[in-house]
Amino acid sequence: MHIVVCIKQVPDSAQIRVHPVTNTIMRQGVPAIVNPYDLFALEEALRLKDRFGGRVTMLCMGPPQAEDALRKCISFGATDAILVTDRAFAGADTLATSYALAAAIRKINQEQAVDLVFTGKQTIDGDTAQVGPGIAKRLGMNLLTYVSRINEVDLDGRRLKVERRAEGGVQVLDSTLPSLITMLEGSNEMRFASMDDMLRAARFPVRRWNKDDAGIEDPARIGLKGSPTIVSKVFGPTPRSVKADMQVVADSSVNDVTLNLLQKIFTAHPMLEQELVDRLGV
Amino acid sequence: MSEAPKPAPARPAGRAGRNTELSEALKAYKGVWVFIEHDRGHVNPVSWELMGEGRKLADKLQVELAGVLMGGADEPLDAFAREAHAYGADRCYFVRDPVLKGYRNEPFTKGLTDLVNKFQPEIMLLGATTMGRDLAGSVATTLGTGLTADCTELNIDGRALAATRPTFGGSLLCTIMTLAYRPQMATIRPRVMQMPRRDDSRVGGEAVEMALGMIETDVVTKLLEFIPDANRNTVNLAYADVIVTGGKGLKQPDNFKLIWNLARVLGAEVGGTRPVVQAGWLEAERQVGQTGKTVRPKLYIAAGVSGAIQHRVGMEAADVIVAINTDPNAPIFDFAHYGIVGNAMQVLPVLTEAFRSHLDKRTRKVA
Repeated sequence: MHIVVCIKQVPDSAQIRVHPVTNTIMRQGVPAIVNPYDLFALEEALRLKDRFGGRVTMLCMGPPQAEDALRKCISFGATDAILVTDRAFAGADTLATSYALAAAIRKINQEQAVDLVFTGKQTIDGDTAQVGPGIAKRLGMNLLTYVSRINEVDLDGRRLKVERRAEGGVQVLDSTLPSLITMLEGSNEMRFASMDDMLRAARFPVRRWNKDDAGIEDPARIGLKGSPTIVSKVFGPTPRSVKADMQVVADSSVNDVTLNLLQKIFTAHPMLEQELVDRLGV
Repeated sequence: MSEAPKPAPARPAGRAGRNTELSEALKAYKGVWVFIEHDRGHVNPVSWELMGEGRKLADKLQVELAGVLMGGADEPLDAFAREAHAYGADRCYFVRDPVLKGYRNEPFTKGLTDLVNKFQPEIMLLGATTMGRDLAGSVATTLGTGLTADCTELNIDGRALAATRPTFGGSLLCTIMTLAYRPQMATIRPRVMQMPRRDDSRVGGEAVEMALGMIETDVVTKLLEFIPDANRNTVNLAYADVIVTGGKGLKQPDNFKLIWNLARVLGAEVGGTRPVVQAGWLEAERQVGQTGKTVRPKLYIAAGVSGAIQHRVGMEAADVIVAINTDPNAPIFDFAHYGIVGNAMQVLPVLTEAFRSHLDKRTRKVA
């Protein structure tokens, strides 16, 4: 079984700070990590490899330092890693990104036929969830998004059965190989890296593909040029014109502050008071 | 594996080698569309929220607002269309086919792609649900156009859609435009836009029907079963009227019981910030914010929540926001209505007791 897992290296958003005056992102010292959602995809791929044998090929598009993210995946047990990196990819939106990744997957498919492609459900920096569907459409693969569980894989029969998260319930879907699966968070738990794999990862020769290696046919469709969306403005949030009605506990007792608060709220919003009384079901 | 479905048409280069000019052919694209999401006999309310927003955009552009209804021949699409008109649609486009009963990516992508190519809307809005995001990401690729996910604000700038969304993990906002491609696509999460007023006296224009041109044997993915959530009524954060939320300021998972206690007294739902959910203090369905749920309660109490944008965009539409935080400069006080500067662990028990005794008294008075 040959599985391709697409990952992205992202800044650890929990550690991003915005400069209070200039409203710009302070990137210094923010560690880069494997997009956390992608790890659920990787773990699922590794489980299938444990069961059926075969290979897990990691694929990432990004700057040269994204190699670290791929190495991390090797340490968990992935077989191979390819970094698609070229200045020509800079500024890509989701449409241009899926074009580039789909081209690279076609190349990988030429080396060895691909049975499944996995992605995370979305990234934590872009949060769009668009690249997975984009790749599937470009490759003409079945698209299975928000998969919470893979119930069955019949490698010889070329079929698989999955559970897909939908609004208010779960769809049980039967589909064929090859498919592209975007894996839901919480669907599994990432394994620990073994000492052997960590050593292998440290020395692993991550393959680097430029746009020609990746089989890009139309350079007008990658990077900024191939991106229909244009970021016209980046800005910080505007505070409400009226600041919150503030009370400081240190200035009086907690008791006074809370009683005061209730009085203020219910005087300004008598309907809310009535609503709270009503909903307590008396 | 097949080749990409649509070659990019050659276009003149614009700013920074990019094309920002709309071609003559694409100038013909007119009107605002809303994809009406429905499943097992019910329209997802997000579709009507988008209809209200679509109405505003269509009025600014002085164009028609249309709803798109795709589904099985035995599904009540006509009844949904009457509702769509009551919520502001001028017209509905229909694709009816047994293959479209129960959402599957492949036939819906084909139907919507064909519909857009044939009737050429300039803007298309979809709910940012598991269905809407799956479909939007696919259709934007088959059409080769721009899609902006999870918008929190939509506007018209010139004649183009200006779609604003949080960026960089929710620490800043950005406005995104698709200038040289059509349609301009956007997804919007449930509860971000206000539910419009329903006017059942409104009637729509002539319905437009299109055939799907696909049969069941063309679709490789089969829907075997739909398992409804067992707990779907226990956590309904998005539509809750009162929510008490805790953040990392609570210091320890154990302190979350103070949140639950207050919630019990108020008959409220419990919410949490992203760090709290990531730390495993609370289940993911209870996360409020950009990557969690968007809420519009009548009362929102946030304790130990700093108010990062990614949280703010998920709750700032609440009618009354009360924030408790030790830091008087926490961003949450910029958009809360009432603030208490103090230790949440101290304030919460007292506040809970104050609400309990106040509501008790009021209840007895009513009785």
